[in-house]
Amino acid sequence: MLLPALVLLVAFTHYPAVATIIDSFMSTPKPNRPSVFVGLDNYASMIEDPIFWQALRNNLWFALATIPLSVGLALAMALWVNGPMTGRGFLRMAYFTPTVLPMIAVANIWLFFYTPTYGLLEQIGGVFGLPSQNWLGDKSTALASITVVAVWKEAGFFMIFYLAALQGISPSLREAAAIEGAGRWFFFRRVLWPLLMPTTIFVLVNAVINAFRMVDHVVVMTRGGPDNATSLLLYHLYEVGFKYWDQGYAAAITVVLLGALATVALVQFFVLDKKAHY
Amino acid sequence: MSDPAFQQKSPVVDTLAAWLLAILWVLPLLYAVWTAFHPSEFSAKFSLFAPLTLENFERAWTAAPFARYFFNTTVLVAMILAAQLVLCTLAAYAFVRYEFRGKNILFALVLVQLMIMPDILLVENYKTMSKLGLIDTLLGIGLPYFASAFAIFLLRQTFKGIPKELVEAATMEGASSLQILCRVYVPLAKPVYVAFSLVSVSYHWNNFLWPLVVTNSVSSRPLTVGLQVFASTDQGIDWSIITAATLLTAAPLLAAFLLFQRQFVQSFMRAGIK
Amino acid sequence: MKFNFTVISAALALAAAANVAAQVTEVPFYFPVAVGGPITKYIDQFATDFNKENPTIKVSPIYAGSYQDTIVKALTANKAGMPPVASVLLSTDTFTLIDEDAIVPIDNFVKTPDDKAWLAGFYKAFLLNGQIGGKTWGVPFQRSTVVLYWNKELFKEAGLDANKPPQTWAEMTAMSQKLTKKDAGGKITQYGVQIPSSGFPYWLFQGLTTQNDVILSNDAGTQTKFDDPKVIEALQYWIDLSKKHGVHPSGIVEWGTTPKDFMEKKTAMIWTTTGNLTNIRSNAKFDFGVAMLPAGKKRGSPTGGGNFYIFKKATPAQQEAAFKFAKWLTQPERAAKWGIETGYVAVSPAAWDTAALKKYASEFPPAAVARDQLQYAVAEFSTHDNQRVTKALNDGLQAALTGSKTAEVAMKDAQREADRLLKSYK
Repeated sequence: MLLPALVLLVAFTHYPAVATIIDSFMSTPKPNRPSVFVGLDNYASMIEDPIFWQALRNNLWFALATIPLSVGLALAMALWVNGPMTGRGFLRMAYFTPTVLPMIAVANIWLFFYTPTYGLLEQIGGVFGLPSQNWLGDKSTALASITVVAVWKEAGFFMIFYLAALQGISPSLREAAAIEGAGRWFFFRRVLWPLLMPTTIFVLVNAVINAFRMVDHVVVMTRGGPDNATSLLLYHLYEVGFKYWDQGYAAAITVVLLGALATVALVQFFVLDKKAHY
Repeated sequence: MSDPAFQQKSPVVDTLAAWLLAILWVLPLLYAVWTAFHPSEFSAKFSLFAPLTLENFERAWTAAPFARYFFNTTVLVAMILAAQLVLCTLAAYAFVRYEFRGKNILFALVLVQLMIMPDILLVENYKTMSKLGLIDTLLGIGLPYFASAFAIFLLRQTFKGIPKELVEAATMEGASSLQILCRVYVPLAKPVYVAFSLVSVSYHWNNFLWPLVVTNSVSSRPLTVGLQVFASTDQGIDWSIITAATLLTAAPLLAAFLLFQRQFVQSFMRAGIK
Repeated sequence: MKFNFTVISAALALAAAANVAAQVTEVPFYFPVAVGGPITKYIDQFATDFNKENPTIKVSPIYAGSYQDTIVKALTANKAGMPPVASVLLSTDTFTLIDEDAIVPIDNFVKTPDDKAWLAGFYKAFLLNGQIGGKTWGVPFQRSTVVLYWNKELFKEAGLDANKPPQTWAEMTAMSQKLTKKDAGGKITQYGVQIPSSGFPYWLFQGLTTQNDVILSNDAGTQTKFDDPKVIEALQYWIDLSKKHGVHPSGIVEWGTTPKDFMEKKTAMIWTTTGNLTNIRSNAKFDFGVAMLPAGKKRGSPTGGGNFYIFKKATPAQQEAAFKFAKWLTQPERAAKWGIETGYVAVSPAAWDTAALKKYASEFPPAAVARDQLQYAVAEFSTHDNQRVTKALNDGLQAALTGSKTAEVAMKDAQREADRLLKSYK
């Protein structure tokens, strides 16, 4: 029973992954210079690579901002549209739209929003007399602008999971809480939040993975610029691997990235194993 | 919901905030609708008197064989999902039901895939595909994703939580191992199947780089690769046509969500995912 | 059922045809444009016509997306041992392709006097990028260059002669000052000039450096001159347009939105590729002109665009067939047709001598500006380890344009990085 899944995993994940780890200790083969064992050279050049560190820093900020924001907003959205709110159908649809719009296309639309002098933000800002701002073209605002797009794209998707979980919670709980005179906040903190824990962990796992996997919007909107201000790890990796064709170095970055993610993941799964009861 | 206290509307502040957020969230879609239905000189000007046009849709439709791409993507996503559900159910079941040597190591090996970026394995996987003669086929795009560690992990988790008594009762009635899987485990894990399906579909619906590299012709290319026509900005961005193409490709999904959103959420509810 | 029957019989007919032509040489040909789009129609037509004329060869175009997507696809396939036979890729990818040992020189196939005449018939400026180590590696095919577009209406409004674009840097600055408009609150609503700086600022910057009489790299692609005082001076001119004169948007200017900025009258002049001509011609609601870039110490502009390459791992028969196709594609009439239909610059003087192109150029003079500028054109910047060295330059330019480094520091840093990268190639 395990066999089919295992064979596929080995063929398309482990075998190439092991090849990658081996590559990370080898120089990049060039026609007149075949690949040789170089030990930790690739890792050494990573430590010296300022762009790697910048991408790492950017990515940590990106993760620190997108994960809590998208999960928090998702929860808020789900709580809102779960209750008897005016225009609930519209609200649900509105929150869900980013999920069905392909990233390549929406990144172009967001590009218009951010365009200076006639972009949407500029037109709205103009009405209130705000000064002109080159959102994507300024090092201090570019990363934040990219982050907003990611949060926008993700929150609605995560909302679905929360919404489903909330719908599964028996209304009698709320009634009981009301009879005992519990306030909304108290009810949320003491009853809903613990009940939603498994969903939160599930969503968090996805949010963490996505924080290191989302790169399409960077490609369309800034290509990592200005001056690497929006370069994320995977984007840097893409450049090293598919623009510079530096196989050895790309492999080294991959190994580090995987190592870091695996650590995060193992901790999470350890928690998940303990806490999640479906 | 019988208590009238809970039929009351949410506080005004909440409603306002929810609407504000919703408007922000649909803004890109609204913009897409505006731009797609107006001539391109109005793509950055908002005027009540702008003439309506369908020309952008015509141009987008002729720019790429979207119907074919749509078909390809649908087949691809369905194929991957079906394979994932079957293969991973079997694997997860094996992990839960049987004891064998090295089980934990094997499981750890499965988990490795969770964190692997498939994009990085592009060159190696391309070699494998060309050896198998699967370049430029839908199967070639899907195969590397058939075994999903995420699915195996989730299902194993769920299966473990299923009360032993149910399994024992089924065994007493003489159910075979496979029957137990189909009659006891799978129905009880329905919410997890639904949740995983959503993640899988949305991932493969948007996957780009691997399909691009491994396909050569219209007959196997998915939608994302087709949309790429408009994404390369070498000659400047034409928002009218991008938005028209976006609406064309997203419309079926949006319409489905509008029509079925009640059933959609209810099926989740019935499944009772927590 | 009837439908099924037709399909089956068609399939059988195809199979039979394939059997008859068993000796057909297959030439998979990667082309950097996404499937669909108007350009694929012309390429499909070319392939069909060529295959008809040469029944023993079957060229099949494969549309692979942007230039970057195409090279990823081509080199991935190459590393896996099954590359295309031919591909159009960026002219600046030549070093990368040689270093990956992916392509063969075109000279290998140039045997007859006719072949030699053909190769000598291209514009020198277009051949430059493909000529390395005394060999020619790429055939110019879809090529472009940077030109200046100006809005005649806005020129008139500003009291300038609508038919006189700036000829020098000083003129461009002076005119831009007249063309920059502010609203009551002091916010700029219309800029004088705009030079895009996202993605690949080095290309436009090369216009400025060439005009300042300096070449960014040596021919062997092993040495850069980013810290040359003239390079720093050229960058300072660019920075001053916004910092000192306030006639150019500050920060990074997005390449993709620049044509739209022009059409929205948010800027009176833009620098961009000749490839935008058709786009602007069909969408601008005002009278505009196309001019050569203004001169600094002299005139100058880089070339850009793609070359036709032949891959090494193909069989000799396939390579010969690909060569034949390349030669066929660049015959004057076809090159002329291609130029008219796509807006790319026709690659040989002979093409410009054809009746069709002569007529087009006289009806639409802007089309000829790029050709006239070719005499001042230089090869697009490229070196060994091209993408990395280029990125060092791009990062330096963006750092200077966003104000996080001075022009001098930015270019010195870029030079140090380039030296480090190129050390092993010397």
